[in-house]
Amino acid sequence: MDVVILSRLQFALTIMFHYLFPPLTIGLSVVVVYLLGMRLRTRLPIYEAAARFWTRIFGINFALGVATGVVMEFQFGTNWAAFSRFVGDVFGSAVAAEGIFAFFLESGFLAVLLFGWDRISPRFHFLSAVMVSLGSIFSAVWIVIANSWLQTPAGSVLREHTVGARTFLRAEITDFWAVVFSPSSMNRLAHVWTGAFLLGAFFVMSISAWYLLRRRHEDFARRSFSGALLLATFFSLAQLLSGHRSGVQVARTQPAKLAAFEAIYHTEPEGGTRMFLFGIPSDEEQKVYGVSVPDMLSFFVYGRTDIPVPGLDQLGPLWGRPPVAVPFLAFHLMVAIGVFFIAVTLLGSYLHIRQRLFEKRWLLWVFVFSVLPAFAANQLGWVAAEVGRQPWVVYPTLVDGTLVGGLRTEHGVSEALQASHVLGSIIMFGLIYTLLFAIWVWVLNHWIQRGPAPVGPRPISAPRAAFLDIGAERVAHEAGLIEEPVAARPPAERRSGLGTGREEGS
Amino acid sequence: MDLNILWFLLLGVLLAGYAALDGFDFGVGMLSALAPAEQDRRTLIQSIGPFWDGNEVWLVTFGGAMLAAFPEAYATVFSGFYVPFMAVLLALILRAVSLVFRNRLESAAWRRVWDVAFSYSSLLASLLFGIAVGAAIVGLPLDAGGIFRGDLRDIVFPPGAPWYPLLAGAMTVALFTMHGGLFLLSRVEGPLVARIRRWVWSALCVFVVLYLVTTVVTLATIPRVLANFQRFPWVWAVVAASVAALALILRGLLGGRPWQSFAASSALVVGLVGLVGFSLFPDMVVSRLPGGHSLTIYNAASSQKTLVVMTIIAGIGFPLAAAYMAILYRTFRGRVRTPG
Repeated sequence: MDVVILSRLQFALTIMFHYLFPPLTIGLSVVVVYLLGMRLRTRLPIYEAAARFWTRIFGINFALGVATGVVMEFQFGTNWAAFSRFVGDVFGSAVAAEGIFAFFLESGFLAVLLFGWDRISPRFHFLSAVMVSLGSIFSAVWIVIANSWLQTPAGSVLREHTVGARTFLRAEITDFWAVVFSPSSMNRLAHVWTGAFLLGAFFVMSISAWYLLRRRHEDFARRSFSGALLLATFFSLAQLLSGHRSGVQVARTQPAKLAAFEAIYHTEPEGGTRMFLFGIPSDEEQKVYGVSVPDMLSFFVYGRTDIPVPGLDQLGPLWGRPPVAVPFLAFHLMVAIGVFFIAVTLLGSYLHIRQRLFEKRWLLWVFVFSVLPAFAANQLGWVAAEVGRQPWVVYPTLVDGTLVGGLRTEHGVSEALQASHVLGSIIMFGLIYTLLFAIWVWVLNHWIQRGPAPVGPRPISAPRAAFLDIGAERVAHEAGLIEEPVAARPPAERRSGLGTGREEGS
Repeated sequence: MDLNILWFLLLGVLLAGYAALDGFDFGVGMLSALAPAEQDRRTLIQSIGPFWDGNEVWLVTFGGAMLAAFPEAYATVFSGFYVPFMAVLLALILRAVSLVFRNRLESAAWRRVWDVAFSYSSLLASLLFGIAVGAAIVGLPLDAGGIFRGDLRDIVFPPGAPWYPLLAGAMTVALFTMHGGLFLLSRVEGPLVARIRRWVWSALCVFVVLYLVTTVVTLATIPRVLANFQRFPWVWAVVAASVAALALILRGLLGGRPWQSFAASSALVVGLVGLVGFSLFPDMVVSRLPGGHSLTIYNAASSQKTLVVMTIIAGIGFPLAAAYMAILYRTFRGRVRTPG
């Protein structure tokens, strides 16, 4: 197989595995902020127990996100050197900004959040949770800005650049804010964030529903479920709006991608274009087997039913032909899951208001398994977006009837790459990710089976220390990022651990 | 000073920060192989527990900044070093997950597996980073357009200086082992301290020998470095400073002031990264083929506009990042105690 296909496979494998974790951590970080805020306000031990439980789960997902995330940044250079040469000037700034604005923030406060229990004031602990959450939310901002620029380039121009005997075109920034607010970036950011919040909410509801069905930790589960249901209902509806806006955006800037999403092989000679509710496209026969609503797509895109949406027969010669089956299926499955979320959260909210939700065991079972479509929807959206933009890795812009500024995926691959090396690294990632996936599921299951540990009532007294001195009380510590703290010890003993500054044994 | 030089320096700061910070937790990882008792291993690993993740962010930011400021250099180096960098990724993933997973099961065998993974991935990462730096100093087979044309052998056993990358790798392993040991001396207490002191002394001796050998081999076989040192004579001040740092490490060790030794060894790591930078400057990736074209801080760079944007981003971001790191290290300062 050639290096382009292999490198694309490797990128798909590593990004899809990586993307199990970031949306979950973004969603869970909001849950943890909420619970620690409630703990600070109400001082109820139930909130501390809940916050401890979700923080622990947050921690392992975060660590896996970091471990698999480094791979992504290396790959732009290892497998896609020509792409990096072409986009580095523009794309690189966003990637660097992600590191400096988001990752430092997250990792600086992560350990304080994970291991700050009993050691720092609840106020500083809450602040750390806010910082970690902001960090994870910011990281989505910059990487979505970077990716959106690839989809809808703006604020940049192609210029010749010379290295020795080689002169080539590359993209250079002309207007940084136009890069940041490229035509698709804010719609897509809203869509990605909402997807992450939905995943966090459905993850919490899944575990809570399971506890309710098993009649375990019921107070904890009811509170967690109610909060998450509110979040999920709101964001399910919001996702409908953000998805619609993204769709209209795609129609305007990436028409061939929309044609792939809806498998429009042939432009309608007159009248509106139908939209499939479900179906299976067939590339050989250039048609779709399925159920469709007439004129629906034209209505969504143009707000009227008498204009056809251009199909691949018209667009293909100019824009290049994306694969159809994968984007079509991914897109439609994602939409179907979104509709399912709206239905199930509205039903749940209605029953909850009437105080009958927790009697409906069948519905709780539905919520237990709904976390799987939530993971799937996040993945499918990206699959549709990334496969649908083929054959381009940097999408071209239409200027006066000609395409400018694009880079074809096959031209982005590293010049010096050998297929055998890429095959080797795919096998390596495949093996290690399979192992990690198995352990991840096992560890999560282990913690969920164990459940939240009860926290007894005790006064939470905030030590009033200067900001930087906030951790000064705790000088000897038993745990780092690898263990949960042991049971809290009385403050007197803790303070006796103050180091003298002299080394023992010398 | 122009922006290209500024960004060469800022990349140096990020790389030096990464080496000084992740260097000590690589060192702790390698040393943990020498502690067979579970209790001791836990102490060693917990000493770096809150920090390793933040330390790795320096590498991620270095990579992002290199892509943004010098995309040509980023593309050529990362694609040229495909196999070693894939191995680095393997090591970094294994390190991270072994720290996270080791305490998830009350089983000695389970822990043993992750401890072995942790030690060897730390060793592998240190060795590979050293090899990569060594190969960069020797130079790479770049064509007339500055694109890498070679294979793995050109990196690990480059013609002209076939053992140099491995020598640099071994020196890095010794350096990080010593650095990690010095970190531990100010982080742990009890009977373990005496053993760590012995490890530190051994690593220190090995490092000094390898440092001398590497210096001689560099000056003898890679004439470009000597020429660069003659061009910028004040580089000898950095050399003198690194020798002074070595002396301060000894002084701290003998005087029972582990923090002083650790600070001096951090300065030594930073100084060595600086020397690497000076031996390359103004090149970033040196071509060692006749007719090949080196990537310099000018022809490898992004546009001036982008460098301005990046400078503003760094001006806002660096102080914030430094503040977060200061809070982290301050919150978790002091000695680790493992409940018995």
